[in-house]
Amino acid sequence: MLSISNLRAEVDGNEILKGLSLEVPAGEVHAIMGPNGAGKSTLSYVLTGRDGYEVTGGTATLNGEDLLSLDPAERAAKGMFLSFQYPLEIPGVPALTFIRTAMNAQRKARGEPEVSAPEFLKLAKATAASLKIDFDMLKRALNVGFSGGEKKRMEIFQMAMLSPRFLILDETDSGLDIDALKIVSDGVNAMRSPERGMLVITHYQRLLDYIKPDRVHVLSAGRIVETGGPELALELERDGYDKYARAA
Amino acid sequence: MSVTKAISSGDAGLLPGRRDEDWRWTDLRGLIRQMPAASPEGRAWAWDHPLTQSVDSLIEVVNGRGPSDLEVPAGETRLAAYRFLSSAEAGAHTAELWVSVGEGAVLTLVESYEGASGGYLANANINLRLAKGARVERVVFAADHAEGVSVVDASVELAAEASYAQTVLTTGARRQRIETRVAHPGAHAQVRLDGAYLLEGQHNADLTTVVEHLGVDGVTSQLTKGVVRDQSRGVFQGRIVVSEGADRTDARMGHHALILSDKAEIDAKPELLIFADDVQCAHGNTVGALDEDALFYAEQRGMPEDLARALLTAAFVGEVIERIEHEAVREAAQAWAAQRLEV
Repeated sequence: MLSISNLRAEVDGNEILKGLSLEVPAGEVHAIMGPNGAGKSTLSYVLTGRDGYEVTGGTATLNGEDLLSLDPAERAAKGMFLSFQYPLEIPGVPALTFIRTAMNAQRKARGEPEVSAPEFLKLAKATAASLKIDFDMLKRALNVGFSGGEKKRMEIFQMAMLSPRFLILDETDSGLDIDALKIVSDGVNAMRSPERGMLVITHYQRLLDYIKPDRVHVLSAGRIVETGGPELALELERDGYDKYARAA
Repeated sequence: MSVTKAISSGDAGLLPGRRDEDWRWTDLRGLIRQMPAASPEGRAWAWDHPLTQSVDSLIEVVNGRGPSDLEVPAGETRLAAYRFLSSAEAGAHTAELWVSVGEGAVLTLVESYEGASGGYLANANINLRLAKGARVERVVFAADHAEGVSVVDASVELAAEASYAQTVLTTGARRQRIETRVAHPGAHAQVRLDGAYLLEGQHNADLTTVVEHLGVDGVTSQLTKGVVRDQSRGVFQGRIVVSEGADRTDARMGHHALILSDKAEIDAKPELLIFADDVQCAHGNTVGALDEDALFYAEQRGMPEDLARALLTAAFVGEVIERIEHEAVREAAQAWAAQRLEV
């Protein structure tokens, strides 16, 4: 599925990823944990092709296809989805319009027919119901005036609608109370499937009580410095990142 | 006004220019050294406009000929459309329209300004009188020729409890000024003055408004948005005067523009002149590029960059268009914007 090898990247001339390697097979959920400044968000932006994040070495492929030479929209059409730590407000664009535009752009890129209006609405209604999202909220400008929890729920909604092959969740738990965390996690868990991989980026172990990872990686100073099972997250919660910060 | 005088006397020296403070960004005198010949009669051409089917009356004013006065009797509701046309033979011409709207009457007034070819100097003076409780929504579609020069001057007088709403949509011209002056009596009368300019090439557009609050309890809300590309130039001058004693005035003005090319230009002068104590007034003015974070967000969801830019630009302008109350006119405005922004 997702295969990253010796990836190096810099931002404004500062090297942030320093030879990062990682394999996430289809059907698995991997967590990336690490201290602030370790390069967690940089990794998510490099994988999705954001401007200003310059790859200086290494490879990243999805199902054997190179990602790094594609623009962000092409990567999305290949199935990469990033749930943003801070989802953007899009004034003037109703959520439904935004998602339908994105969905049809992806379909067009893949040579598939556009989704019809009734088909889209049916899917949107069913998805909203499953995520306990008030359908009227989807007629409002995307994320404008939404609470932190509502914005994260809209990320999960978009994810469920677009049905990507690979998910990156960047600090999805930040800004969520327990109830919202549960709804969001249920939404993510519902997307687990043998064909889909997930990378869950988080600073705290709390999220991993809800989204149980198959593997946990520690990212420190731009490299994966430790890999283990779910118990590694508990150990980090108990002992902190000090040991790894020193190791790096 | 001086443009009208200059045209009727054939004296280009009377045109306003950069020495007039209110015209310094739209220097007609510097541009037009010699007054074009008076326009001959001309003929209208077909109107390619989604509104044609639903208007009660469509009046065509070619090269300044006509129109007659419009009176909406008390209590009645009308949708009237006027096309102000400059034909291929047009030189200089001026037209005048008087509109009076009776007590409690409702008028939706749609105007278009169109030029068949360049080289004209067109002027229109629109005079609106609203009786007590009358409601007028005026929407202007300005589609002047790239080489035309056009000045539209509207003067609005409101009685108590009247409501005047305006949206000017323009793609500019060689020089184009669309000016609106409102005498606001307060007295629970409401004014909304909006505009959107979408400019490219070397087009200029100047949206100027002056609202004078003359009595207590008046409301004014203004929102103008602009998008400039290439070497185009947008001018926004908004002045709200709250006269002495015009207490409990609530006046808000916003002008926001996107500059999508480093050779395009925006000149903005928002002014609040307040001579009363108990007022709520605010203005906001921003000029910038599209939000790069929002662009990446849209691209990450699968929209190619061009589509993401078009969507965000349309949304930016859409905020103005959504404020148009008349549904068919709003839809026409949406189509107008979508066509120009290639969404």
